[in-house]
Amino acid sequence: MNKKMKCAIIGSGNIGTDLMIKLARSEYLEPTVMIGIDPNSEGLRMAKENGMQVSHEGMEGFKQLQEGVDIVFEATSAHAHAANAPILKEMGKFAIDLTPAAVGPFVVPAVNLTEELIHHEANVNMVTCGGQATVPIVHAVSEVVDVEYAEIVSSVSSKSAGPGTRQNIDEFTETTSKALEVVGRAKKGKTLIVINPAEPPILMRNTVYMQIAEHSEQIYEEIRRALDARVEVMKQYVPGYRYKAEPVLKENVVTVQIEVEGMGDFLPTYAGNLDIITAAAIRTAEQYAQVKGASK
Amino acid sequence: MSKITINDVTLRDGMHAISHQYSQEQIAELTKVLDESGVDIIEATHGDGLGGSSLQYGFSKESEETIIRTAVENSKHAKVGVLLIPGIGIIDDLKRAHDLGASVVRVATHCTEADVSMQHIQAGVKLGMDTVGFLMMSHRTTPENLVEEAKKMESYGAKTIYVVDSAGALTMDDARARVSMFKEKLSPETEIGFHAHNNLSLGIANSIVAIEEGATRIDASLAGMGAGAGNAALEQLIAVMNRLELDHNVDLYKVMDAADYLMKPMMKRPVQIDRLSLMLGYSGVYSSFLLFAERAGQEYGVDARDILMRIAEMGAIGGQEDWIIGVAQQLAAEAK
Repeated sequence: MNKKMKCAIIGSGNIGTDLMIKLARSEYLEPTVMIGIDPNSEGLRMAKENGMQVSHEGMEGFKQLQEGVDIVFEATSAHAHAANAPILKEMGKFAIDLTPAAVGPFVVPAVNLTEELIHHEANVNMVTCGGQATVPIVHAVSEVVDVEYAEIVSSVSSKSAGPGTRQNIDEFTETTSKALEVVGRAKKGKTLIVINPAEPPILMRNTVYMQIAEHSEQIYEEIRRALDARVEVMKQYVPGYRYKAEPVLKENVVTVQIEVEGMGDFLPTYAGNLDIITAAAIRTAEQYAQVKGASK
Repeated sequence: MSKITINDVTLRDGMHAISHQYSQEQIAELTKVLDESGVDIIEATHGDGLGGSSLQYGFSKESEETIIRTAVENSKHAKVGVLLIPGIGIIDDLKRAHDLGASVVRVATHCTEADVSMQHIQAGVKLGMDTVGFLMMSHRTTPENLVEEAKKMESYGAKTIYVVDSAGALTMDDARARVSMFKEKLSPETEIGFHAHNNLSLGIANSIVAIEEGATRIDASLAGMGAGAGNAALEQLIAVMNRLELDHNVDLYKVMDAADYLMKPMMKRPVQIDRLSLMLGYSGVYSSFLLFAERAGQEYGVDARDILMRIAEMGAIGGQEDWIIGVAQQLAAEAK
């Protein structure tokens, strides 16, 4: 078996810590460095316990620990990543950006994670949790018929929406809408997000509405098949991804409701929104490890 | 006692009752009449605020630009306001509304999620707008928690904070407790507002209670035109305020005439307390769910009241109309 590729995580909040737990299970990856800015963070404490090298001095800290690291997960903020991206590039690291900074191209593994992309890009962006959950659905339908307009509604539990999400809610909607167009191939995208405080917390839920260019029984049938197939692809890396209600196809509107149950790694299972973006990031890193590992 | 500011919502909350289908001519006509009647603020946007026009909530007949521009052009005295719900509308939408002449913004969040409004309230203040925090579904949390959320909005720069009874579920003591808590705990410079829905027939009563406890901005609409059983009916509110000698700028006869001769003939479905709108107040469900639950009930052959009851149990909040179809499907399956 090949040696595992070494990974650093910048950002020791919910996302960074969940990444660490998932990385520890990977056949191809190994978490070795965790960087934060708060010496008292739970994530850094756990990382240290797991034998990782840690620093609470942000990017300066990473500069001391970067030796041997191939892949860097950035789980900070759009602002921080915009500053860090050129430094990581200079160091020759493969950067997987989980902020809405979108320095590099959007990657949604079920749609556009290819070997070619790995060879050409040094920085990829994971869109948003809502984007990871809904872009594959829009893309599946757009393979059958043109999607004139795609609109998604993401409902996430209040407990799973950290301060980063709350203070940057416009960035969430703008980045997701753009990905619906660029990756999902809808002519126009729109995003709505609702943060719901119900107790017990709700599972992440997404409704995808699509206006399609033409419709017939045959097109409906093909869309149903394409959707079913896409949900199976998603389940390969997000096991808790499933229909919440039967797809509704009526005239020129297709409505698909998706629920995402998390794996319960760092946050409990309701936080499917956390899982879907960390799982997508790890899928991307594994692809990189396989492609680069083979070519080394 | 200080003069009460009347914030009319006929052209915003009223949008829900007409599935966002007011025409430009209707908007112009309603704005003129409201302006002449003396209301202080006329709010005009899609029912779900800026960016609300969507498959989820229904597309507006007229563009956002047309709605705001028409209200601004036909209002001589009243300020024109917009609603902005973070997660639905974005700051760029607000800038455009401001460029079109809107001078009041009400930034709305669910009653426990005020921290999503920071960027938007700050943006409103920076644009020099009359910036208001709007805490929806206020019945879903305690007065103590609600005031903590209000303080957050106050700290972001909102000069007025509303207790919003989106589900028309507050009783008079509930309304009193919330407004008096605001009066006690917020800065004395912060104005307090109240937005009623009439689902339990308490729209006017709760508005009066709010005034008694120190609220100085009250929402109302012609003939109650609004989601669910509607808002506090403007003509009724003004009649009661006159009897109680509460000071305001509105002409009673003008709003009475406008309600009967202009507003009521425009209604597609009578805005009234009936089995479904009563159920909203009774179960504490967001008022704009009314027409969606009614349609889903017909489509899936289930009682719309059961849909609302289930939606309430699930803890759905404003903006989650998409949950209704899933619930209707589930109830239909359970009935088999």
